[in-house]
Amino acid sequence: MILLSVNHLSKTFGGLKAVSDVNMELKIGELVGLIGPNGAGKTTVFNLLTGVYTPTEGDIALRRETLVGLKPWQINQKGIARTFQNIRLFSNLTVMDNVKIAYHQHRSYGMLSAILRLPGFYRGEEEMVKKAEDLLEIFKLSHKKHELAKNLPYGEQRRLEIARALAAQPQLLLLDEPAAGMNPQETAELMEMIRWVRKHFNLTILLIEHDMSLVMGICERIYVLDYGQIIAQGTPDEIKSNPKVIEAYLGEDVSHAVS
Amino acid sequence: MTEMLKQYFKMSNILVTVAILVLFVLVNVGIETGYIDDYYKLNLFLICINIILAVSLNIINGMTGQFSIGHAGFMAIGAYGSAIMTLKLGYPFAVGIIVGAVAAALCGILVGLPTLRLKGDYLAIATLGFGEIIRVVILNIDYVGGAAGLNGISQYTDWPWIFSLTVITVLVIKNFMTSTHGRACISIRENEIAAETMGIDITRYKVIAFTMGAFFAGVAGALHAHYFYTIQPTTFGFLKSFDILVYVVLGGLGSMTGSVIAATGLTILSAYLQDYAELRMVIYSLLLIVVMLVRPQGLLGTAELSFDGIRRFFARQTGKGRGAGNDSAVG
Repeated sequence: MILLSVNHLSKTFGGLKAVSDVNMELKIGELVGLIGPNGAGKTTVFNLLTGVYTPTEGDIALRRETLVGLKPWQINQKGIARTFQNIRLFSNLTVMDNVKIAYHQHRSYGMLSAILRLPGFYRGEEEMVKKAEDLLEIFKLSHKKHELAKNLPYGEQRRLEIARALAAQPQLLLLDEPAAGMNPQETAELMEMIRWVRKHFNLTILLIEHDMSLVMGICERIYVLDYGQIIAQGTPDEIKSNPKVIEAYLGEDVSHAVS
Repeated sequence: MTEMLKQYFKMSNILVTVAILVLFVLVNVGIETGYIDDYYKLNLFLICINIILAVSLNIINGMTGQFSIGHAGFMAIGAYGSAIMTLKLGYPFAVGIIVGAVAAALCGILVGLPTLRLKGDYLAIATLGFGEIIRVVILNIDYVGGAAGLNGISQYTDWPWIFSLTVITVLVIKNFMTSTHGRACISIRENEIAAETMGIDITRYKVIAFTMGAFFAGVAGALHAHYFYTIQPTTFGFLKSFDILVYVVLGGLGSMTGSVIAATGLTILSAYLQDYAELRMVIYSLLLIVVMLVRPQGLLGTAELSFDGIRRFFARQTGKGRGAGNDSAVG
């Protein structure tokens, strides 16, 4: 069963074709990688999928329902959550509040019961706190729940961003370079966590990553993007030996030398 | 159910309620017996009005992070709206307040929907323009007296009215801000793109914040109009908006208790400086410059002053003391 299908997706900025004619399909439960050299348009694809940019051409559909023209918050409520390459936490809020904000769309009380402090407010808040605590527990952040997000070390900020994305209860999780800036030890832990999260939350995951050990280690399928176009797709082994990919990454001369 | 009751009858809630009641009764007795004379009464009422204005602007500027500098415009709508109801149409004061506040809120929606797409400086200029438009429009309507203003408004604003409305304003805004809806507003301030990709309808919450701010500015306007007998368009000019902005920035953008403290402190200060009319603005401005240099985030930053917070602060202080003692013992 197809969860996400991207058809002939293009985005131009002025005269620059950042993404052109991209086709992708994600099946439910898959863990797929999106790789490519710097500036290939990977993050632009994420921004198109989450509605931050509107596509110039083409269609994006989640469970056959088109997402083109929806606002980012509507797309998030349909079931796509993401993290950012340059971490975008609510840095002056506590770890707990960061997660609670993502639960906002699943709130159980209205504005009036908040203002009048009706019993529904306390029940709703309690429920949110409990759900948020469960998530923080999973991401080993519960001992820091009252700390400000900006005071967390880098690796924990990355984990918090994933926790926050999951609080929205998505079907599809987009991770933009989750291992950036992590040491090998942290990356290994992160891989384990991504695997576990996918199983535990029945997620489909699409991730952008430069760390090849992570991509080759956990992705079942990989798309390779270069100059805004998909130049290859397949299993990690197929991608590793694809001459086009080697050329894109290492340049033409080297690929001749390799072959 | 007992859990629920515990929430309502928390120690801090009881303490605050008792403090509010005691303050109300004491001042009321003071005014009745004449112990608080007209001069003190005037400043007391000004403090209340300024608290309402500061706290309501804080929803927009401090919590939601949308820089608005046309707040006096909403106050003007509340003042004129309520005065028309009581003076021209003969309705009771309560109706006047509600009509004034709702009219201001409607204007908030009207102004907010198109302008809240703008960011930062651009929004500030747009709201500044709005404030001036209101003033000029009122100036040219003969029905409300034009430049001469509306005179002979009955003095309905008394201590019970102004005190209860101040408390209600602070309470409503506090309850809103500490709920998931308030957190949605704060998330917009913190990171608009992240908020939007986390499912927050940012346009909706910006407009809600703007409308709530306008509503309570309208309440303040109604109280103002029915205390000073007379209102003129010039009262609600840019300088008034600027005054309100100063309370919010000085108290700390995003801190409600900061807004309350700053509004109270600055109103008292400007009352004391009344005698030195020429020096008043100089001292006032110098103070602002010093505060901004020493504490650019405002007196309280985004923090709040609360009973629980104070208790925690002292607990931490004593904890620290012990820790240091241990260290030196080891050394």
